[in-house]
Amino acid sequence: MTAKIAYDDVEVGTELPAQTFPVTRATLVQYAGASGDFNPIHWNEKFAVEVGLPDVIAHGMFTMAEAIRVVTDWTVDPAAVVEYGVRFTKPVVVPNDDKGATIEVSAKVAAKLDDKQVRVDLLAKSADQKVLGMSRAVVRLA
Amino acid sequence: MALDQSFVGRSYPPTDPYEVGREKIREFAVAVGDANPAYADPEAAKALGHPDVLAPPTFVFAITFKAAGQVIEDPQLGLDYSRVVHGDQKFAYTRPVYAGDRLTVTSTIEAIKSLAGNDILDIRGEVHDAAGEHVVTAWTKLVSRAAEPAAEGV
Repeated sequence: MTAKIAYDDVEVGTELPAQTFPVTRATLVQYAGASGDFNPIHWNEKFAVEVGLPDVIAHGMFTMAEAIRVVTDWTVDPAAVVEYGVRFTKPVVVPNDDKGATIEVSAKVAAKLDDKQVRVDLLAKSADQKVLGMSRAVVRLA
Repeated sequence: MALDQSFVGRSYPPTDPYEVGREKIREFAVAVGDANPAYADPEAAKALGHPDVLAPPTFVFAITFKAAGQVIEDPQLGLDYSRVVHGDQKFAYTRPVYAGDRLTVTSTIEAIKSLAGNDILDIRGEVHDAAGEHVVTAWTKLVSRAAEPAAEGV
């Protein structure tokens, strides 16, 4: 149950390796099935436009799942994540083409806490817009 | 229409157990493109000190959100779900979710606020295993928009 990253080896400001995650319409259909969230705004363009969206948008929980991968790939053991919270500030718009959209996630250690825990602040952007706010994880290191 | 403040603090009965399957965890990990072997290979999970494959951190939302349906669909509360968007989401873990877990969720309305005509509903879902031990708590903030239809999805 321990991360490979040692608490003593990180400092406030230590950056985690950033990652870019692709998301296409096919990704959203697959996520809908896996998560059980079949809200049509995530796969039906006509419906999405009717409710005032520019196009189909990604599930907020899909974006949340991608963002934490920057932390779990860093710690190797996903159980290192003790707390994780986000605010959904902007939707990730996913056009119906071969490219779809991308979610760019960067993260850094924002505070060193007790009990070998650190607070990691995440930044998730798509199309140059911040899509998650207050995106933070508490992570227990080795 | 503002929601009834007297619902703050109301808890709903625990859900029937949800049995977490290895293949469901694998399906979720594939859907989010996560190749971490601890989600798919029991031996890799054991090498990290776990009893079986574990679920990615946000996997449990599918279970807690389904449980929150008791609140969302409570006719006495009267939430207009067609106008609801997902505002915030947070998890606090006592331990990861493992394949084989039988999880029950107890949902509680933590707060009801009205802001600029929007109804804001905070639901806490406490997730326990078959032994009654705490696994994870999920906080879900739902916003029921006043005028314009939904702009962000749940």
